Amino acid sequence: MGTYSQYAWLVPLFPLLGFIIVLAAGRLVQRIGGPINVLLSIASFVVAALIGWERLTPGIENYVWNDWTWLKIGDFNITLGFEINNLNALMLLIVTLVSMLVQLYSIGYMAEDDRKHVFFSYIALFTFSMLGVVMSENLIELYIFWELVGVCSFLLVGFWYEKLEAKKAAQKAFLVTRVGDTGLLAGILLLAWNMPGHALDFNSIFNAINAGDLSSGVITTAAILIFIGAVGKSGQFPLHTWLPDAMEGPTPISALIHAATMVAAGVYLVARSFDLFVASPTAMLTVAIIGGFTAIFAATIGLAQYDIKRILAYSTVSQLGYMMMGLGVSTTFAAGMFHLYTHAFFKALLFLGAGSVIHAVHTQDIREMGGLSKHMKITTWTFAIGTLALSGVPPFAGFWSKDLILLEAYHHQPVLFVVALVAAFFTALYMSRLFFLVFTGKARKPAHPHESPAVMTIPLIILAILSVVAGFVNLPGSEKFSEWLTGVAPEEATSYVPMIASTIVALLGISIGAVFYWRPKFSAENVKKTFLPVFTVLNNKYYIDELYQKTIQVPYDLLAAFIDTFDKYVVQGAVSLIQYIVNFVGNITAKTQNGQLQNYALVLVFGLIILAAVVIWMGGGAEVWAISGK
Amino acid sequence: MTINMLTAFLTVSAILFSIGMFGALTKRNMIVLLLSIELMLNAVNLNLVAFSKYGMTPSLHGQMFTLFSIAIAAAEAAVGIAILLAFYRQRVTVNADEMNELREP
Repeated sequence: MGTYSQYAWLVPLFPLLGFIIVLAAGRLVQRIGGPINVLLSIASFVVAALIGWERLTPGIENYVWNDWTWLKIGDFNITLGFEINNLNALMLLIVTLVSMLVQLYSIGYMAEDDRKHVFFSYIALFTFSMLGVVMSENLIELYIFWELVGVCSFLLVGFWYEKLEAKKAAQKAFLVTRVGDTGLLAGILLLAWNMPGHALDFNSIFNAINAGDLSSGVITTAAILIFIGAVGKSGQFPLHTWLPDAMEGPTPISALIHAATMVAAGVYLVARSFDLFVASPTAMLTVAIIGGFTAIFAATIGLAQYDIKRILAYSTVSQLGYMMMGLGVSTTFAAGMFHLYTHAFFKALLFLGAGSVIHAVHTQDIREMGGLSKHMKITTWTFAIGTLALSGVPPFAGFWSKDLILLEAYHHQPVLFVVALVAAFFTALYMSRLFFLVFTGKARKPAHPHESPAVMTIPLIILAILSVVAGFVNLPGSEKFSEWLTGVAPEEATSYVPMIASTIVALLGISIGAVFYWRPKFSAENVKKTFLPVFTVLNNKYYIDELYQKTIQVPYDLLAAFIDTFDKYVVQGAVSLIQYIVNFVGNITAKTQNGQLQNYALVLVFGLIILAAVVIWMGGGAEVWAISGK
Repeated sequence: MTINMLTAFLTVSAILFSIGMFGALTKRNMIVLLLSIELMLNAVNLNLVAFSKYGMTPSLHGQMFTLFSIAIAAAEAAVGIAILLAFYRQRVTVNADEMNELREP
């Protein structure tokens, strides 16, 4: 009997087709490139939705297809294929849905860009690669798509390459994630080395772990190395620095790649290889601590930024930290993945809303905005929903997923529970600061804002609806989503403590934001002056970039200067010497070539004489003498 | 007295060749140069004929070969003199020292 999962290869095929068509046709499809890709995304989403619907059947088997032999090395085959299980069926849905909405939005946002067909072809390539990451059946295949995703991120961050910042940000994004990718590659190689039969598909790895074929040292090392890859991609501390800079790219890209999908790939990777992590308590603890620290660390930075996209970027870093912590503290990946799923919607919504605002006022500095609610009704309302969802106010989606993580932390790691609560408070605070500064009060700069066209507001409305309802699939007490995703019923009893605590901190954060920025009872400037040193540190992102500059870039530059000197004087010197000798000899011998034919003939005769002399001296020519002497 | 005959032919041929070579290397007049080259060529022809008659395996091959060689030499002389004439029209000289256009500048 045929199943929809059999045709899952169609899902990434549509975006690939879009990429090839738009790339090949180039300027011919400058206008219709976007709509073509949106149509193909819809097709892709429909297939993904059918697969998702089919996966709802209770007791359905995972579908694995890996018959394509990619490389044959002796007896060892590397096969490519895909696997469909509940986890990646969910990811397929998220990626195709958000990608579709973002592409629709981009038609409006990028309308005046001259290179929009290039933009759409890159997005299609990205969607293809991301779906590849999600569907990969083994680690090598995943790594290939993982790198492709990185390339697309590079291309799209640097899309406006005339801007120096965009160019630098693209390089930074590529190089910093590369540090993580090296870790991932090392982890894959370590697993390949130690696995029986060098099998790298997920099922074999999980079986080997359950059968005890891998030593605990190998498991811990491999898990931590893979986690380093996830740290790079998901912008976790200490490799988070590229993500805020990546905001130089077009805003729809920030929404799709740097909020909803690509940066979530790290979280997905950890969830996908979760059995590996569960087998090593050390690795789990590392994941939880790095995640928790990143959550609060990035949230505090978000308090002191003025660029609307940067605030959202730090918020993304912080929320990704939340997801990592959710994976690290619990025994299943349900909490982290649930937050990934809700976050994808409300963070994409917030970024697209921010894009709509930037489109209207042509600035990214929140100090120059204000009073936009009068002009942009739809953007304001949808942005408000996104803000409430991100802050974790019930009954919006973010509340339920955040609550699940808090619940897990409350049961397993009380310290991290407190950290997460504080981070949630900061999240609510910076989001309300952002919202009230941008949408309420008086305009601080004369501008003529206008609501964005329907092609941009429709995705906002759809995402806003999803941000409200997406959480209802997994209400405390009837956690259908967790059960569907992981196959096991959640073991922790529902507790009201984290729920009430998180609601209180969220409302507290929003109220404090309101009294400072909405109905100013206190002046934010006074607070800023009182805590100026703290503010400066936060505004400068804890000087992490400067630290990296001092500790990595400066020694590296010194090393490069040294090697450059060596190259210039030693290597180049040797080359020059050889060149000089050849020139010298050449100059001398060139003098003998004077065009005098008879000179040449003379040299020829001398050569003949020498040759004859040598032959005779060697005893040759005896036959000639023999004849004449007969 | 076959031995002496071969030696005698070879001696004459060697003398002819040397005279031709001396001319080719020392004379500056292009016409004399061409004549000298013809001389060297004939020395070789003489060698061929001598070996074909008095060599280890006498046969007519050498003589036939010489006929061809003479025919080709005639053609070569015609071409050579044609080039020389063309050159003379251009430069009004037949001095070999002045024919050095093909060197490295």
